[in-house]
Amino acid sequence: MPISEQMWLMLVTCFSAVFTSNILLTYFLGMCPFTSVSREVKTSVGLGLAVIFVMTATTMINWVAYHYVLEYFGLEYFRFILFIIIIAAFVQFVEMVIDRYSPRLYQGLGIFLPLITVNCAILGASLFMVIRDYSFIVTVGYGFGSSVGWTLAILAMAGIRQRLTESRIPAGLQGPGITLIIAGLMALAFIGFTGVL
Amino acid sequence: MSPNGRTIAGRDIIRDGLWGNNPVFRQVLGICSTLAVTNVVLNTLVMCVSLTCVMSLSCLTVSLLRNWTPRNIRMMVQVLIIAFYVIIVDLILKAYWPDMSSNLGPYVGLIITNCIIMGRCEAFAGLNKPVASLIDGFFNGLGYSFLLLTISVFRELMGMGTILGIEMPYFSGIWDKWIIMVMPPGAFFALACLIWVCRSFKAKEGA
Repeated sequence: MPISEQMWLMLVTCFSAVFTSNILLTYFLGMCPFTSVSREVKTSVGLGLAVIFVMTATTMINWVAYHYVLEYFGLEYFRFILFIIIIAAFVQFVEMVIDRYSPRLYQGLGIFLPLITVNCAILGASLFMVIRDYSFIVTVGYGFGSSVGWTLAILAMAGIRQRLTESRIPAGLQGPGITLIIAGLMALAFIGFTGVL
Repeated sequence: MSPNGRTIAGRDIIRDGLWGNNPVFRQVLGICSTLAVTNVVLNTLVMCVSLTCVMSLSCLTVSLLRNWTPRNIRMMVQVLIIAFYVIIVDLILKAYWPDMSSNLGPYVGLIITNCIIMGRCEAFAGLNKPVASLIDGFFNGLGYSFLLLTISVFRELMGMGTILGIEMPYFSGIWDKWIIMVMPPGAFFALACLIWVCRSFKAKEGA
């Protein structure tokens, strides 16, 4: 495929990963931090930025590792272990670099980084990229778009939940229950984007 | 729960896993990788069986190795043990049931990052004897499966009027199908309602 066509495909993939097939609201990936961390806008921003950075970088590294190492040796079934090790190692590495060069950023982001290793959205994005057979350029767009979509969803949720503190919710629905209902409503709203592409 | 594992009776572990400390509605953990496949009962069934197998076997293995695992790298060891069993499940599915394997897509692989398995390995299997850990893993998996199966039965019945692909009397005829139930928002609503119902029962028990 010519490079200009690939760039166009990358933009389309990126847009659809943010809006029409949001990784959180249509594929349910990254639900655990979504229900537990989305209480405050400030912490959501921190986690969101960390996810954008880690997901974009790891999908790229994993693409190279999958197509040049695993396929070369014919070890495709080994990808789960390789991906999770790469993600864990990358997160550890980033943590050390940030700690060394920007202690202030480390203070803000530090606690979220270890959490990211077990965030299903990160591994999920890498697995989707393998299953859908994306080229490298498209993968960059997909990784970036998915993480931005995830961040958008968690930010919106945090904003709504801050308002919720003053409303009266039935006892059994408090906490995760009402969060899920709001997420469902948000998913409904995001379905409205389907016609755009 | 006592840390040395001697005073825990099997019956308490079972009751805790199934209801008292149910992973889904008490802790709301690990719904990420499995909620996506609850639109059809058959997919959910396969996914739940895989998850329960992976969970009991990894709990057993983590528990067997607990005295030889250095404390500071235990998380990595647990992840590798879980990944090992997930790969086996994935290969078996690919070999004997390729259609189902492509239906489930990446979600079988995502069992690795399912927080419930990590949570049980860390909280229970790392501290207790192998047999108790096996029971704990199995019944936590069962408690998880039964809630997800409930969700999927409702979603498939209301969304498509069938259960396991078999047409149900009233629902496939007169019932106006709720397409929204098989779409992603339906999963959120169904899970929220289920959590609501279970928590209300729980409150009545006074726990």
